[in-house]
Amino acid sequence: MSSDQVMRDMMANLPVPEFESTPWASPPPLSEATVAIVTSAGLHRADQERFEGRGDTSYRMLDRGDRELILGHWSSNFDRAAYVSDHNVVYPIDRLEELAVDGTIGAVAPRHVAFAGNQPDTVSEVRLDTGPAAAAELRADGVDVAILTPV
Amino acid sequence: MCVLAHVLEDAGIATVVLASMRPVAERMSVPRVLYCEFPLGRPLGMPDNAQFQHGVLGAAFDLLNAPSGPVLVDYPEVVEAVETPLACALPPRYDPDIAPSIDEAQGLRAAYDRAVARRGTTEVGRAVDADGVAAALGDFERVAAGEHWKEVYGPRLDTIAIAHDIRAYYQEAALELAGGPPPGARQAEAWFYEETEAGKTLAAARDALTEQEAPSGITFYMQPVGR
Repeated sequence: MSSDQVMRDMMANLPVPEFESTPWASPPPLSEATVAIVTSAGLHRADQERFEGRGDTSYRMLDRGDRELILGHWSSNFDRAAYVSDHNVVYPIDRLEELAVDGTIGAVAPRHVAFAGNQPDTVSEVRLDTGPAAAAELRADGVDVAILTPV
Repeated sequence: MCVLAHVLEDAGIATVVLASMRPVAERMSVPRVLYCEFPLGRPLGMPDNAQFQHGVLGAAFDLLNAPSGPVLVDYPEVVEAVETPLACALPPRYDPDIAPSIDEAQGLRAAYDRAVARRGTTEVGRAVDADGVAAALGDFERVAAGEHWKEVYGPRLDTIAIAHDIRAYYQEAALELAGGPPPGARQAEAWFYEETEAGKTLAAARDALTEQEAPSGITFYMQPVGR
């Protein structure tokens, strides 16, 4: 069995936070929407504080022009080499820029967000505290749509 | 990621999750999910393949047209990991007076430096930088040879981060040496653990730490499951 399948089987049975309803935001047409990337890969600039180990619920705001980002998620259980070859496989910022140029999306957000994926099962701090704070920062930038990329 | 989808939607931002764990997404009432059966660590599927990445993004954006949710769609293309090691030559034995792993790591330094110069950044540096890789391997050699980890490291065991840095150093050098298109998922990992002296040293140190009853959370995350 592949390592990916082992991890998928492990995660399939972990407890997850329960939500009674599904929230639903209605975005403007994509060609008018400002789009951000929100990743759980723990990306950060070299001049930003690193993510700590398991349970670091903080986030980093990444500027639209940032490229040389460090993959701060500490798990050894995913393909880390792909990101080294091409950051877009985790953080498709260059693809968004292309979609903005050809008019598919309205605009690329001025800032994007990185959290670190390894969290306690309740994820309550992200849910109640740092998540809403990051969302407010994106809304302040006029973000309508977010693409969420886990590793 | 699924929690953040809820939080962002509550704030008025429409989301699409490129999920890699389908059952998790199913259980969390996430508004819009594109399930992508790609190797973990590659939510867009294929590095250095803009066309493939645009295919994934296009399918994700299509979900924004759904009138109501939750919506969970499977991306039709599957990407499998490749378990055969990356084809990458290792440096010849140079200094017989030092451990093979340290000799090997020093032999890879020029390739590592070229990789950093080209890319402008490095994943090495969570616990040790490139200059510290040889000493870090020396510590793992001691643990593998039977010394107790408290003798080697003191009270704080940071071997997940140290192992990460050694592996990152090797993988960045290997991608530089191999050249060509990016390898399949797990090929660099397979090369490191199956072909390098450092990979064997890390595995032996992890086994020794397990025998010494070091904290299981640390030994578990020192290397990928199944290795």
